[in-house]
Amino acid sequence: MEIGGIIAYLVSLAIAAGIYAIFCMGLNIQWGYTGLFNIGIAGFFCIGAYTTAMITTPAPTGVYAKYVHQLFGFNMPFIFGLLGAAVICGIVAFLIGIPTLKLGEDYLAIATLGIAETFRLVFNNEKWLANGARGLTGLPQPLQKLLEDWFDLAPRYYNYIYLIIVIIIMVLIYMLIERAIRSPWGRVLRAVREDEVSAAMSGKDIFRFKMQSLVFGAMVMGVGGALFAHYTKAISPGMFTPLYGTFIIWVMLIAGGSGNNKGAILGAYVIWTVWIGTQLLTNLLPYTLKARGPYIRFLVIGVLLEVILIWRPQGLLGEEKKVSTMRDKDST
Amino acid sequence: MIELIVYGLVHGSIIALGAIGLTLVFGIIRFANFAHGDLMSAGAYIALFLVTGLFSWLGIPDSNFGPLSFGWRMLFAFPISMLCVGFVAILLDRILYQRLRRKGSGSVMLAISSLGAAFIIRMLLLIFWGADSLFYKPGLLRHALELPLGIKIRPDQILIVIVVLLLITLLHLFLQNTKLGKAMRSMADNMELARISGIDTERIIMLTWGIGGALAAAAGMLYGIDVLLNPYMGWNFLIPLFAATILGTIGNVYGALVGGLVIGVVQQVSTAFLLPTYKPAVAFIIMILILLIRPKGIFGGSSK
Repeated sequence: MEIGGIIAYLVSLAIAAGIYAIFCMGLNIQWGYTGLFNIGIAGFFCIGAYTTAMITTPAPTGVYAKYVHQLFGFNMPFIFGLLGAAVICGIVAFLIGIPTLKLGEDYLAIATLGIAETFRLVFNNEKWLANGARGLTGLPQPLQKLLEDWFDLAPRYYNYIYLIIVIIIMVLIYMLIERAIRSPWGRVLRAVREDEVSAAMSGKDIFRFKMQSLVFGAMVMGVGGALFAHYTKAISPGMFTPLYGTFIIWVMLIAGGSGNNKGAILGAYVIWTVWIGTQLLTNLLPYTLKARGPYIRFLVIGVLLEVILIWRPQGLLGEEKKVSTMRDKDST
Repeated sequence: MIELIVYGLVHGSIIALGAIGLTLVFGIIRFANFAHGDLMSAGAYIALFLVTGLFSWLGIPDSNFGPLSFGWRMLFAFPISMLCVGFVAILLDRILYQRLRRKGSGSVMLAISSLGAAFIIRMLLLIFWGADSLFYKPGLLRHALELPLGIKIRPDQILIVIVVLLLITLLHLFLQNTKLGKAMRSMADNMELARISGIDTERIIMLTWGIGGALAAAAGMLYGIDVLLNPYMGWNFLIPLFAATILGTIGNVYGALVGGLVIGVVQQVSTAFLLPTYKPAVAFIIMILILLIRPKGIFGGSSK
């Protein structure tokens, strides 16, 4: 492979890991700071991706309408897709939170798992909604038209632009979460995580704080799902499996360090690199075993998770001590 | 419709068998074991290895029992696979969950660990057998008996219900009449009290895993005999299993039996109106309804 190819490869790796980092931060709000056990990330992934697809693509007309069915098609700009994905994911999270957040943490886990599987089934089977198992294609990529027309940017260089967009959004989300988590609101979340009873005795409405955290995290995941959809330009229900959509994100967050946003980003990049790296290794396998390569790679990831849980449960970075931003100002 | 209810009872009895193991683990070891469905798959595939591999090598005849779709090979494979998976479950506890318990990790950490175990088991099945659906007896014509009311049922399915009832009766006798069974029940009631009364809790935990794993293996094999084998079958069972467990109140063996049958029947009847692929979603909707109306299940006290 010549050098340009390697760089293009690294760029695509960095985009994918950046999108995963956003999911990790969303999960970090829920699990890392509040102790909410969400194992249906794939569901929010899926909803986010489909929402933006339906907002940004035009409704099929003419001969296409015969083959492609979709409920909506607003043909709106990328940014509305991102916002729409966040809003819809937030609403879904709110609805799941109602029956489950007053119960033990396991119930939320089972319910989110169920919702993820249910959404996948619905998108797979209901052709009128979003073209069934074949999914939606032709998602626009932000700024692409503009850059091509004005700056003559060749399509093969577009990924550099997309990487910048992903990193900007990642940094914005990071700053937003850091800000929120250092506020009094963030302190209540951690109090809820550490000891629900004593937080309730201090007069905090546990249910409301948990709900806010669940919805906030889900909205971040929605943005991640939307970014993913515009990156691949085509989505189908088969992409949002528990393996790629949920499990690997948990491994990333735990590897990086729950309760630490830098850890969430680091974990996403480290685990995604391991994941891609193992692909290079399984490519060396003899031809007959190559088809089983992905399974071997996921086996490695699974074993890695168990090893981390037993020997380094705090992850690479561990939880950062969060102090109010006000305190620094007072002391100086 | 009556036919669908009968099929639902067959399917539900398989769910019940899985849910009983799940509810025992949930009630006694106190965490949601997300690997339970994959223990079912493991049981089914171990039996497949025995039936099509080892036993044909040993020269055990491949003939069927009368109208059933299996013979001596399956009869031997069934208990062996149950033992193996019971052992696997104990091994997982020794390697993973016990260490986490000793470190004082919360139940969520154990649940995440079990999620990892679930993926590890499934990936091993996929590595060895691939993703295609398999059968214990490929290409076998399976005749149905005609019962009154126009119900068509395969002899296998009648046997499945009998096997499930037999296993549950054995478990009932064990829990009610033996010292170990009583110790298990007391641990489900109150872990601390059980420990103070001199019950060796680690030993009971091992026993719980053994029983839970063996029942899961039985459920997986029965599903394999009834329908087919697929590495994802256990994962697809997970939501019905949890729905049955919650419906029947966590920790309640008889509740899990009732819950399993209810979920099975509702799932099967729903196919009259919905695509059959929606079965897991139907189980999920039932579960959400229970959580809204009666979160402690039908055998739990009123909520709060």
